[in-house]
This record gives sequence, C-alpha cells and structure tokens, in this order.
Amino acid sequence: MQPGYFFEGGAELVGKVVLVTGAARQLGGRFVRRIQRDPEVERVIAVDAVSPPQRLGSAEFVRTDIRQSAIARVLAEHAVDTVVHLAVTGGAAGAPGGRSAVKETNVIGTMQLLGACQKSPTVRRLVVKSSTSVYGGTSRDPAVFTETTQPKSLPSAGFAKDAAEVEGYVRGFARRRPDVAVCVLRFANILGPFADSALAEYFSMPVMPTVLGYDPRLQFVHEDDVVDVLRLAAGEPRRGTLNSGTFNIAGDGVLLLSQCSRRLGRPTVPLLLPAVTWVGSALRAVGVTDFSPEQIRLLTHGRVVETSQMRDTLGFKPMYTTVETFADFARSRGSGLLPPERVERAVRRAAAVLRVEGQEIGAGVDEGAKR
Amino acid sequence: MADAKVIPFDEDRPRRRGAVRKVRAVPDPAEPAGSSESVEPGVGSGPEPAPAGAGDGWDRRIAGGLAFLRRRITGEYEVDDFGYDKELTDQVLMSLLRPLYDKYFRVEVKGIENIPKEGGALIVANHSGTLPLDGLMLQVAVHDRHPAERHLRLLAADLVFMLPVVNEVARKAGHTLACAEDAQRLLEAGELVGVMPEGFKGIGKPFGERYKLQRFGRGGFVSTALRAGTPIVPCSIVGAEEIYPMIGNAKTLARLLGLPYFPVTPTFPWLGPLGAVPLPTKWTIQFGEPIPTDGYAPEAAEDPMLMFNLTDQVREQIQHTLYKLLVQRRSVFF
Repeated sequence: MQPGYFFEGGAELVGKVVLVTGAARQLGGRFVRRIQRDPEVERVIAVDAVSPPQRLGSAEFVRTDIRQSAIARVLAEHAVDTVVHLAVTGGAAGAPGGRSAVKETNVIGTMQLLGACQKSPTVRRLVVKSSTSVYGGTSRDPAVFTETTQPKSLPSAGFAKDAAEVEGYVRGFARRRPDVAVCVLRFANILGPFADSALAEYFSMPVMPTVLGYDPRLQFVHEDDVVDVLRLAAGEPRRGTLNSGTFNIAGDGVLLLSQCSRRLGRPTVPLLLPAVTWVGSALRAVGVTDFSPEQIRLLTHGRVVETSQMRDTLGFKPMYTTVETFADFARSRGSGLLPPERVERAVRRAAAVLRVEGQEIGAGVDEGAKR
Repeated sequence: MADAKVIPFDEDRPRRRGAVRKVRAVPDPAEPAGSSESVEPGVGSGPEPAPAGAGDGWDRRIAGGLAFLRRRITGEYEVDDFGYDKELTDQVLMSLLRPLYDKYFRVEVKGIENIPKEGGALIVANHSGTLPLDGLMLQVAVHDRHPAERHLRLLAADLVFMLPVVNEVARKAGHTLACAEDAQRLLEAGELVGVMPEGFKGIGKPFGERYKLQRFGRGGFVSTALRAGTPIVPCSIVGAEEIYPMIGNAKTLARLLGLPYFPVTPTFPWLGPLGAVPLPTKWTIQFGEPIPTDGYAPEAAEDPMLMFNLTDQVREQIQHTLYKLLVQRRSVFF
C-alpha cells in the first residue's frame, strides 16, 4: 500500500482494483508496472494466456485465457472495479497459433470479458484499446478522420475487422450497462524504442517495399503516451474533463512514408500494388514480417485522425509529436543502409567541390524559406 | 494581322509583371532530378531565360539548390495533415507549371483583389478542358498574382486519388478530396479553397457546349462555406475550353477503363502522345466580387431553398462573367 494513500480524502479512498488483460505483451506489462504506482490503485490483477516475459512488480498475475468463462470468476474473486482491456492486438509475426488464434482472442476474448463484466456488480469502469484502423482507409475517405466518421468500406479481414467488431460489442455492453463508464481509445500506430508491432518490424527491414505511386500519410503515438493515456482513462476524470466515450489518440503532425524512410536511412523499393501483395505473402511465409493486406492498405492510403476530442474532452496532451515519436524510434533501431548524416555529408562535400561555402548554404535556406 | 496591333495596355501589363516575377522564382538546379512531371513537349522547347545577374547569382542558386536537396534527401521537411508539401510545391511543382502558365497559355488575371488577404475563402470556378489544367493554372494564378502569395487548396475528384502517382503529387500540391469534411476543415483553418462544382459534367462536356455551365452539383459547396462563415469568390476561366476540343466520347472504352469519359479530339488518340499536347489558347481568369456568407444564421446551412438560391446566384455570376469575357475576347489563340 502506498504511503500517499491515506492522505487522499473522499470517496476515492476505497482502493481500486484494476484488471489488465493482455499483460504478457510489451505494452500490457508496461502499463501494469506503471498503474500499480498510482496512489488510488490498491491492487492490480494482470491476466494473460501466457506467462509474461518481464516482471510485473507487485501485480498479481493470473494465468487464464480470456476466451474461457473463467475470467468471470477472476472478476468476482478480486472484486475488480476497473477493467483495462489491452488484449486486442494485431499479433506479432511469430505468435503461436497464427492469425486465427489472435482473432479468437480479440473477438471471442472480448465477448467473454464483456459478458463477465456485465454480470459483475463491482465493475465501474471499462477501458478498451482499439485502433484507428477501424476507419479503414480508401481513396474516397476524407483526409482526416474524426471519431464520428463512418468508414467508407469496412475492413474485410485482419486486425482492423477485429477492432471494429470489438468496438461493436463494447457499444452493446455500454447500452446494457449504462452505469459503467466505458472508454474506447483508438490508437494511431504505436511506436517507440520497445515497439513490437508489425509496423515497427516493417521499419526495421533493411530495404522497405512500398507501393508505387503512393506516399501515405502516417501518424504515430509514443509508447509512453499510450501508458499515460491509459492511466488517465482508467482513473477518475479530472475536473472539466470526461473520460468515457471514444477518442482518437495520436501525436501531433504527420509524416509521409517517404520522409520516414529517409529519416531512417532505409532505401525503399517501390512495387506495383499486386507485386506488393505477392512480396508481402512471400515475406510472411518466411516469417520475416507480418505484411498483412491491412498493412498494405495503410501503406497505400495512409491514415490521419483528428485529435481535438483527446485534447479538449479527455484532457490529454501527448508528450511526443508524431515526428518526435518517430525520431525516438529511429534512434533505438540504429541506422540503415543510407544514414541521413552520411547523405548530408555527401551533399556538403558536393557543395565544397562546387566551391560553395557552408555559410552560403545557410543563406540559401533562408532564401528558400522566404520564397 | 490587324488584330495584333490593338493589344490594350492594361492587357499587356500584367504579363510583363509576370515575367519579372519569374526571374525571381527561377527553379533550383536540383529540380530536374526531383521529378519528371508531365511537362508538355511543347513547353520543354522554351527553357527558362537565364537571369542577367551572372556569377554571384548562380553560386547562390546552387547553394540554395544544395540546401534544398539536403533537406529533401534527409526527410527534414514538413507536410500538413492533408499531405501538403509547401516546400516542394513552391520550389518544384510551381516552377514546372509556370512556363505553361506564362508562356504557353499566357494567362491574364483580373480581379485578384477580390480574394481576401487572409482568412478562409471559397473560390468557385467553372471547369473545362478535358484534363484539369484549369485547376492547376488557377493555383499558379492565385499564388503568383496575389499580393500575399496565397496558396490555393483545390478540391479534386476521387478519381485523382485513385490513380497512382497522380494522387501522390496532388496531395503534395495541397489538393484534397472534394468532400464536405475536408473543405470545411481547410476553410476553418483559414485556407483558400478552390472548388469546381461542375465536376466531370463540366470538364468532360463536348466541344459544342463550351462555356455553358453545367449543374453545380447539389450545391454542397455553399453550405460548407456557410458553416465555415467564409466568403464565396466566383471565378470565371476563359480559354481552357479550347485546349482539347472534345468532339467525341468513346463511352464503351471509358467504361472499360473505369473513367468518367474517354475524350476524342481532332488529335487524340489519333496522334498518340502528340495528340495530348494542348492547344496554345490564350487564357483569362477573372475573380468576381466575393459573396459574403457570414450574415446567415447557423441553421441556414440546412435550408435547401436558400442553398439553391445562393448556388444559382454564384452560377449566374460566373456564367455572366464568362459571356462578358467571351465578347471581349478577340481570338481564341491571341
């Protein structure tokens, strides 16, 4: 028990019991370690089907599969009042059981968990991790998605479809249990030094295949911000804010895929769209990376979301912008075949050959900015 | 021949002003490596004139070009939420379009003062020419002739964003999909937005119907401007109708290719790529008096009658100006 606990007055003095699903994953583990340090949290129950590779601190780990009804017993046994559902994932390339197991955990697991929550009299708050991929992404979509944008075409398979279905069940649950505060967080692509997502793997390839003739706009959110916003959503709302509802979570700004590859120093190979699909399945067969059709969709049309709800209603301000998130990720991955610094030096050398001094390049920058 | 002698002074002046500006905005030497855009062969024959200031100017330009190149290849440049790459547009795309604008179509701009100095405004223009060159020329006109060098954000058809390469360049040039969400977001951000409500009906109409305005969609652009409280600037473009005189439409082929129309002109597709060279018509772009929209109540945007009336008002004004400009025009090519 935290020392600060006794100084907090009022009704919140009742220590909270937080249940976190998907705790064996990188992000879940970090969140479990972080939330147990919060003064109003009394106990943290971490749940996953596999044992966590990292330590979870003082949290209590319960090894159970959320696809089974046993999860209801866990909820009742520990009198859980806050459920943070993080077991909605795209699944890494090497995940056991492959895509169908991931899908089952996402969809059936969510149904079981929601069923358990519905029966539990103690649950007061539910936080669900979703993704901005529920918006799909086609050439006919508006450039920026808001929380109310209806997708032009629903994702037909993959994680995006799972997330859309999960959100549908969560909406149903919210209708049936209006007394439970439900918060759905739609995260943009999560990156950071420890990211293990499919996109992080893609950015780690020595040569990145891209779709010829398309330069998608990408948005990132930093792992640290993800943990922070989950904490915000799992706690009591601060004055003047509301933490139930659906929110887009993304860092400010936009990076084009071409900018990403140049900043990483990794060359790209533009391929025709059918060829990308083919190369993608070949890479997946070898187990290099999870190059799903949905990822190809992201790398074709990109996805940008509006985050004013996150700022104004949820009251969350991310620490990292999209550019800073990407820079942090790039630092952790080491340089590619064409590090930007070396390219920059080459240009300077060319400038020296042309007898133009570095100072004048600076002047040229100013002039360029003025134009 | 007698025609050529009576060029009025006021018609000549803006053209000379444009030539002066061009020297200032000569493209960087690094450019050709950057992109092999669709520069028409006819345009390539007239290279940029070398400016008078020699040695020093060249050094500076090389330095500027190298700095530009360095920023581009290290990815250290910024794009906005719509993918608009201001630097690339200013330094490369505009410079590629400028010869077409200055030398080929010799665009004359009237009423540029009707575009506000700052804040959002919706420019509504007629659409013609088989290929949307009128939109691009409008973009150059607003940027080069407006004292504040404003950037026009065009709303483009979904076909533009379905085509590879084209969608990429369009986004970087600041265009976005013609939908209410994007238009309103841009207007509320204080951007200058350009829209051609006739759409494919206007650009793909047969040559015989030139300068006859088609239906203005459902007038969605008016309600968007009303919601954002921004003025509507009507704009009439003369000259674009004749660049590709569309004498036929191969509908079956269009349907096979998934296009809204497949143009048949006296030269295309008979002469192959050569047939895709536009005719060197003389263009006039006139911006009309802005129509204010801030006097209406917020719920007025839901009133269909008011929307139709305002749409008609804009349409009438553009059509009227088109006829006036056509009467004033001496020849299609001069």
